[in-house]
Amino acid sequence: MAPVSAMLPRWRLYSWSTNLMSLGTTLYLEGAEFQYQEAEKKILKGIDLEIRAGEWIALLGPNGSGKSTLLKLFNALLLPSQGCCFIDGINTKETNVSEIIRSKVSIIFQNPEDQIVASVVEEDTAFGPENLGLPSPEIKKRVKEALTEVGLWEMRKQPVSSLSGGQKQRLALAGVLAIKPGALLLDEAMSMLDPSSRKSFLDLIKREHGYGRTIVQVTHRLEEIVDSDRTFIITDGELSWHGNTETFLSMSDDSIKNMGFAKPPVAVLKEELVKNGTVAMSTKSNIADIREKLCL
Amino acid sequence: MSLIKGVTLGQYMPADSFIHKLDPRCKLFITVLSMVAIFISDNFLALAMWASLILFLTKRSKIPVRALMKSAKPIMILIIFTSFLHVFFTGGDDIIFSIGPLKASAAGILMAIRIGLRLYLLVLFTALLTFTTSPSELSDGLEAVLGPLKRIGFPAHEVAMMMTIALRFIPTLFEETERIINAQVSRGADFHSGGLVKRAKAYIPVLIPLFVLVFKRADTLAFAMEARCYRGGKGRVRMHPLNWGTTETKTAIAFIIFVATVIVLNRCA
Repeated sequence: MAPVSAMLPRWRLYSWSTNLMSLGTTLYLEGAEFQYQEAEKKILKGIDLEIRAGEWIALLGPNGSGKSTLLKLFNALLLPSQGCCFIDGINTKETNVSEIIRSKVSIIFQNPEDQIVASVVEEDTAFGPENLGLPSPEIKKRVKEALTEVGLWEMRKQPVSSLSGGQKQRLALAGVLAIKPGALLLDEAMSMLDPSSRKSFLDLIKREHGYGRTIVQVTHRLEEIVDSDRTFIITDGELSWHGNTETFLSMSDDSIKNMGFAKPPVAVLKEELVKNGTVAMSTKSNIADIREKLCL
Repeated sequence: MSLIKGVTLGQYMPADSFIHKLDPRCKLFITVLSMVAIFISDNFLALAMWASLILFLTKRSKIPVRALMKSAKPIMILIIFTSFLHVFFTGGDDIIFSIGPLKASAAGILMAIRIGLRLYLLVLFTALLTFTTSPSELSDGLEAVLGPLKRIGFPAHEVAMMMTIALRFIPTLFEETERIINAQVSRGADFHSGGLVKRAKAYIPVLIPLFVLVFKRADTLAFAMEARCYRGGKGRVRMHPLNWGTTETKTAIAFIIFVATVIVLNRCA
């Protein structure tokens, strides 16, 4: 049977995907492999994973392990050489589905300078909705909502060059929020930010997750994954570990070091507090709670 | 060392003014017409009228006059050089002074002042367009103006998008260049001593990383644009659709009358 996407006219598909926004988006990989043409090495090797709607996933792994390639598969920027990638049940390999997929799944890259297209704040935010061919009042509404969400509405007429690094990354977030995606992919989106900007950006991501959006976050800093539900570790193109983030952070220092990471101070602190009996053992959100209480 | 500091050419300055709100096609029409008209204005009365108009428009657009003046700074060397050539190569019998075989006549000096003023006014008028029109509006206007050429296969949308991106990345590339220069200086590079060839060679270690960076950036930007559903001009709409109303018609007519008046005065004076 033909997928739903093949049965609806294009304008209906956009409104259909927009309506799904509040539900989050499901991302599914089935034996996904990726290899650039004429390259000898496979970047991704037979990855099977399912990310449920509204989940927050941390994607870890050394440089060059294939994390960013995986995100590009979810956004249909790249298509699997073998296997399949499904976004809300739509196979990314189907013809004429890339716009629908990109209206469901948005990606934010490491450097905001590389993803801001227009020179003025509101014009850049409107870039996505303009590409979707939405009516002008709807674009204006979305731009206002997105810029208000990230706290840049007052600066909507300002040139992009006058923004700080943190503000530029928030603008990049506004640009994708205006598309109203069900999933946000963060490709080391906080690595170039100072601690204060990183915290405010992370707070925004938490809020978006609270609205039901699926979050997939690539990072090297374990303190940023404390709020995530599950963690996937990719090594040399393969899924080498996956499980509950709390379980991952509760592993011994040596185990985490052997995987190539360093335990975040807040997780170490939690262990000490648990050892001393200050904090009751268990619950998924303990580390996040402690961080909040200590204002870290 | 700051490359971008003080460079205002091509920068957009947001303000709530009548000129900012004008349809970009109207502003493009006025700018193109002014370029032709300024070039055929060869007496000082006409040039003074152009200067007054630029000053009037600057005030109306709420752009600081100083910022407008600054915008001509990077072109000043070109204006001075062109004027200098006219002093010595215009010819004329009434020689005022000479340097070796080069003779400066009164006519040459007058011509140099005229040419210098024309170029300066041209730069100011163009700067006024970029100060009051955001790059996206400008490219929308340009795309609309070039629209009819699409029928013969001219890539109007692509040209307009290229212009938007180029203008967007001017400040970013200045910053990157500055960063690379500082990195090379900290490793002993010397950009200020030696002859012209030596200095030019010193910039090779700046240009190579800059080119690599630009290509990498273009690659990521292309991904980012695709990720935001960009698929060329097909199906793309505008948040603020272009709207040529009565204000634009009145402004265009007023400008045509001004140009006609200047041309008549230019001929009569």
